[in-house]
Amino acid sequence: MPRIRRELYCKEICSCSIFGAMNQGGERFNAAGVMKAIANMHVRGNGLGGGFAAYGIYPQYKDYYAFHLMFTGKSKQDRLEAKAELEALLCHKFEVVYDEEIPHEDESTMIDPPLVWRYFLLPHKRGEEEALSDEEYIVSKIMQVNTKIENAYVFSSGKNMGCFKGVGYPEEIGRYFMLDRLYEAYTWTVHGRFPTNTQAWWGGAHPFSLLDTSIVHNGEISSYGTNRWYLEMYGYACTLQTDTEVIAYAADLLMRRQRLPIDIVAKILAPPIWNAIDRMNQSERKLLTTLRMVYGPLLMNGPFAIIIGQTGRMIGLTDRIRLRPLTAAKRGDMFYLSSEEASIRLISPQLDRVWTPNGGEPVVGELNNKRTVLQ
Amino acid sequence: MKSFVFPEFQIIRDEERCGQCRGCERQCAFGTHTYDPVADRLISDDTKCAGCQRCVIFCPKHAILVRPAPSFYRPNASWSREKLEDLKKQAETGGVILTGSGNDKPFRIYWDHILLNASQVTNPSIDPLREPMELRTFLGSKPDIMDISAQDGKVDIRTEISPNLMVETPILFSAMSYGAISYNAFGSLARAACKSGTYFNTGEGGLPKEMRAEFGRCAIVQVASGRFGIDAEYLNCAAAVEIKVGQGAKPGIGGHLPGEKVSQLVAETRMIPQGTDAISPAPHHDIYSIEDLSMLITALKEATNYEKPISVKIAAVHNFAAIASGIVRAGADIIAIDGLRGGTGAAPKAIRDNVGIPIELAISSLDRRLRGEGIRNRCSIIAAGGIRCSADVVKAIALGADAVYIGSAALIAMGCTLCQKCYTGKCNWGICTTDPRLSGRLNMDIASQRLSNLISAWSHEIAEMLGGMGINALESLRGNRDHLRGVGLYEWELDVLGIKGAGE
Repeated sequence: MPRIRRELYCKEICSCSIFGAMNQGGERFNAAGVMKAIANMHVRGNGLGGGFAAYGIYPQYKDYYAFHLMFTGKSKQDRLEAKAELEALLCHKFEVVYDEEIPHEDESTMIDPPLVWRYFLLPHKRGEEEALSDEEYIVSKIMQVNTKIENAYVFSSGKNMGCFKGVGYPEEIGRYFMLDRLYEAYTWTVHGRFPTNTQAWWGGAHPFSLLDTSIVHNGEISSYGTNRWYLEMYGYACTLQTDTEVIAYAADLLMRRQRLPIDIVAKILAPPIWNAIDRMNQSERKLLTTLRMVYGPLLMNGPFAIIIGQTGRMIGLTDRIRLRPLTAAKRGDMFYLSSEEASIRLISPQLDRVWTPNGGEPVVGELNNKRTVLQ
Repeated sequence: MKSFVFPEFQIIRDEERCGQCRGCERQCAFGTHTYDPVADRLISDDTKCAGCQRCVIFCPKHAILVRPAPSFYRPNASWSREKLEDLKKQAETGGVILTGSGNDKPFRIYWDHILLNASQVTNPSIDPLREPMELRTFLGSKPDIMDISAQDGKVDIRTEISPNLMVETPILFSAMSYGAISYNAFGSLARAACKSGTYFNTGEGGLPKEMRAEFGRCAIVQVASGRFGIDAEYLNCAAAVEIKVGQGAKPGIGGHLPGEKVSQLVAETRMIPQGTDAISPAPHHDIYSIEDLSMLITALKEATNYEKPISVKIAAVHNFAAIASGIVRAGADIIAIDGLRGGTGAAPKAIRDNVGIPIELAISSLDRRLRGEGIRNRCSIIAAGGIRCSADVVKAIALGADAVYIGSAALIAMGCTLCQKCYTGKCNWGICTTDPRLSGRLNMDIASQRLSNLISAWSHEIAEMLGGMGINALESLRGNRDHLRGVGLYEWELDVLGIKGAGE
């Protein structure tokens, strides 16, 4: 048997600010407010990464998967080659209904921006792959692109949603992609980043997303190695050199593939301690014991606060001993999640309710009526 | 025939301190010390000394010193003293050289070339004295997917979960059979396991009837090639059943308990006539292939009503990872792997010192193999053979083990000094003997206390190390090679271990 080489990947670790705003009535709004709010947490980042996930931005293409692609590489030539290679694959495996460069401001204002392109497409399955569901098919193709095509990364792939990210402060990224002018979403999640150990690259910024699930994350996952091997058994290739990726894949595995409800998923990612479980009534004890037994490798250990975005839903969760801040707030139809309360107050001084969720306890905001965005 | 072999040890007695109490004479089962009533002096015969240090520790006047004999042959890098003497002994006897305990040769000890991680700044380290720190582990098969239905807040698990062992700390006592070790040593392991929330392994010598009700719940009972002491009650009183295929100290060969050690109680427990040799064949004569093993696993599951996890213990040999993968597919819930340095009560020295591979490499390659095949969930890995301290346990788990078995470490806690004379049946420490005079020396209250102290001490240290890494549950360490770095290792060794070099 040939020797398997040990990997010399570098896991990025970072501290960050996170912010999320959702209109539960389904009304769409531009990014001006969230950009102001995240800018208020400027010092929680260091200008080496910022990004946005926006839900409901492509109503005219809502039935198509929106792929956002990043073509990196030293020279323009490298990027165009990666793009050509990717498009050869897309033409073969998908039906592309529309594609364009994602509009942006002058490139000279940013540090080394890659070529960023979007494709609206439908899967074109052939042969054995016809047995796969659309989503399984898409995920397998994303893994193929991200591991096989050098300098090409799919960083957003859901329907009627999109991620925008890069190197810079989040408010700069927002301006670069003109999020306050070109897009309206019913949910925005934002991330400002403070990486500590590796040189910044555009693909490493948050959010991380797969299909319509996006994650912004503040923290460091000490269990990364364990989570990673578990996810790799289920075909998730961790290529983006960051621990946030494993949360995105874990959410995809548990929520989409295994169809577990968010309450259960929270109990897997951030389970109660055994002392508490042992004191519960018999049915709860059995459930939680079984969950920890079976899904132990997906326990996210170490400090984290995350905001998970999904179609029609925004979820906040912290680690079980709550080592990172997260504040939740409500005002009318608006639902906010933020690292700091001040940022929420900045854009909505009056709030109906503000609270600090307990460690490991998910806070979920859902659209009052999903149809408003789906039809 | 005159023996040409030097005495291994030199006994130095401080005549001024010696009070002629004859304690050393009584302590030594090898007859090293004798009393000369005419001279009123104790005389020591160096040639009989096993170097077990019993007399040294029990001399009330601290008058005895036992040290390696300084005599030497002309130094020769190829012909060490050990090689010369083994050869001479064989020339004198024509026999196989027997030994006990684990491999003592200077093969690389990888534990000592692996360093652990700790948190600084970006991730707070956790203080186990103030924060919860969870070492609880479940050993057994887990499903890939759970079918859970949630309706109106009522959650229902539809998936049938196979039986698992719950351990409060990832340290179990390795297989040591009654007969090989004394009743008191065996009983002390059982008591300590129950007290510490872990398990002891009966080895292949059965479980004495009177112990079943009290200690069965923390026993892993073995089914080995000799099939000693096995009946339905034996299988069903236990927490789990282990099929012993191989042992790290002597892969590929069987066992032999000499008739002198088969006392009445040993005979009853093993279900053989008193005084007869208990011989375990090298292979199971009903397992000549993987499909035969599969049948035995199923038979044992049937016999225990599918209520107990079935473990299969194999020695870590060259191609064991592929074999282990077959064993998982054959239905085993737990794979126990025993490495090069695993101990034994008796083994041919040539086998003990030359067969097998180090456990550190074995854990890593097995874990990766099973992950690569996507069947890592379907079994737990217990690593055995050469675990010496809590840091070894942490490293074993980060390399991919679920828990470890400790054998030699447990014996050392009870008093063993690794003199390697286990096969003589004359253990002065009352551990590896069935002589009632010697085994009576081991007080079960004290020995079991020493064992549970050891488990408690290691568990505290494991918690401390986990906390330093910013991890508060053991399951987040399993296979987490991110927290390991190698020093002084070749590239291929780092590859097999799957870890980065320090500073990389």
